[in-house]
Amino acid sequence: MTDLPEKLTCITGAGQSEVGRPSSRTALQLTADACLQAIADAGLKVSDIDGVATYPGKSAEGGGIAPVSPAEAAAVLGIDPRWILASGEGFSHMAPIFNAITAIACGLARHVVIFRTVAQATARLASRQSTLMAGERNARIEGNNAWTVPFNALSPINTFALYAQAYFDKYGATSEQLGAIAVNSRRNAAHNPNAIYRKPLSLEDYLASRVISSPLRLFDCDSHIDGSTAIVVSHRDAASDLRNPPLHIEAMGMAMGGLWVGKFAGDFTHLAADKAGAMLWSRTDLTPGDVDCAQIYDGFSIHVWLWLEALGMVGRGEAAAFVEGGRRIAIDGELPLNTGGGQLSAGRFHGYGHIHEATVQLWGRGGGRQVQDARTCLISNGGYGYGAMLLRRD
Amino acid sequence: MAPAPPPPPRKLPLLEPGSAFYWTSGAEGALRIQRCTACGTYQHPPFPHCAACGSEDVAPAAVSGKGRLATYTINYEPWIPGLPVPFVFGVVELAEQRELYVFTNVLAPVDQVRHGMAVAVTFEPHEDVWLPMFRPEDAPA
Ligand SMILES: [Zn+2]
Repeated sequence: MTDLPEKLTCITGAGQSEVGRPSSRTALQLTADACLQAIADAGLKVSDIDGVATYPGKSAEGGGIAPVSPAEAAAVLGIDPRWILASGEGFSHMAPIFNAITAIACGLARHVVIFRTVAQATARLASRQSTLMAGERNARIEGNNAWTVPFNALSPINTFALYAQAYFDKYGATSEQLGAIAVNSRRNAAHNPNAIYRKPLSLEDYLASRVISSPLRLFDCDSHIDGSTAIVVSHRDAASDLRNPPLHIEAMGMAMGGLWVGKFAGDFTHLAADKAGAMLWSRTDLTPGDVDCAQIYDGFSIHVWLWLEALGMVGRGEAAAFVEGGRRIAIDGELPLNTGGGQLSAGRFHGYGHIHEATVQLWGRGGGRQVQDARTCLISNGGYGYGAMLLRRD
Repeated sequence: MAPAPPPPPRKLPLLEPGSAFYWTSGAEGALRIQRCTACGTYQHPPFPHCAACGSEDVAPAAVSGKGRLATYTINYEPWIPGLPVPFVFGVVELAEQRELYVFTNVLAPVDQVRHGMAVAVTFEPHEDVWLPMFRPEDAPA
């Protein structure tokens, strides 16, 4: 398996801007902050960077989900790129990373900076409806959203609540079990200075919070922020004498399907992410038992259950019992989970906070949330396009 | 007491060439779903060809309008001012075929909604659109 493209690449640096609700800095400033930090962290100069990529790029929508293009970032940073990419599709949030891996493996670039910038807190202050799926007032709904929005499913929570209810009904899962995700994230966030929610959250607090779209409650939802996160992915031949021990990209997996992507198959208790998990494990000799910690996508808490099963970390229908009580997923548990607070407590970076946290753990920077001797970290990302990576430090 | 203001208008679907039939079929009182003339498979959302056999000979076909509630959620959050809550957003598996799903509202008291309940279509007209919604099968139309 040594000729798989991800085996030729590694993560060499990581950075994160301040995270605000809102931030006083512009999206472009935040992007520069994160990218410059990541480049310096790797021990590289801006002139060493020859590739720039981002999810999803820039669009005219005003919700703050796509405020900075890679070309703008390159210009502001002073990068002269040989390779550049914005991708809002193709396995969703992780697509720029997978594309950077293949570009590096093909010789198109040596050191690629990949960033994710959001300005959703600023947009939300201007309009509470900025994060809804309804589009402009009075406009007709087009495309896949037309199948759900006319029924007043105005927020993504409505569609993912369908999964949570189906899972509850099929497996007899409970709110007490689902609440373990939010409680665990908040406990870890207390040790993450950049997390937006750090006040303790008990299971009682969770169960007392209001139901938004049953069975999902307020604390099952991630939160909009302003901020930027960046990583540097390098060719392994260019990584050995840099500042940090390289984080090998041991395996990657990707899939797309289901909601918002046409025909729907299944019974709403699992995702097309299953295929991403199978692909990942087919590309490594490591097994789920080798995972030291996991950063699992939590746009909504229910994603964590579905992803844990998709990745084979637990069997089908077992995720609820696995997380119940929170012992197994705590920092000193058998599978430390979302160690920086995840999106539920650290904010919605569309999975890039999870990737950043993986680097924190594998480079031993976790302080009070450090997993002892963490050598491998499993990362998953996405709610309709699915990506997963397994990182390994020698 | 002043009467309650009317709810905000629904966000209606754009009537696009490939799917307009779904939104207008209520005008004739029957739900229509795209069906392959060659192999008989239904599919939704509609596509330019049959995903099962590849035939482009696909056309809207009337269905019974009956099915079962595959999953649902009760939405309590008034996302826009005046949105009537709570309401039920759900997925109906139509009787004609396994995993033939449509997204919809279920017009039933929220405490009576159950996984697997039998439902039947009813249409709610808005402008040039008849939104296919579902009510418990044993409830009056
Ligand atoms: Zn056919």
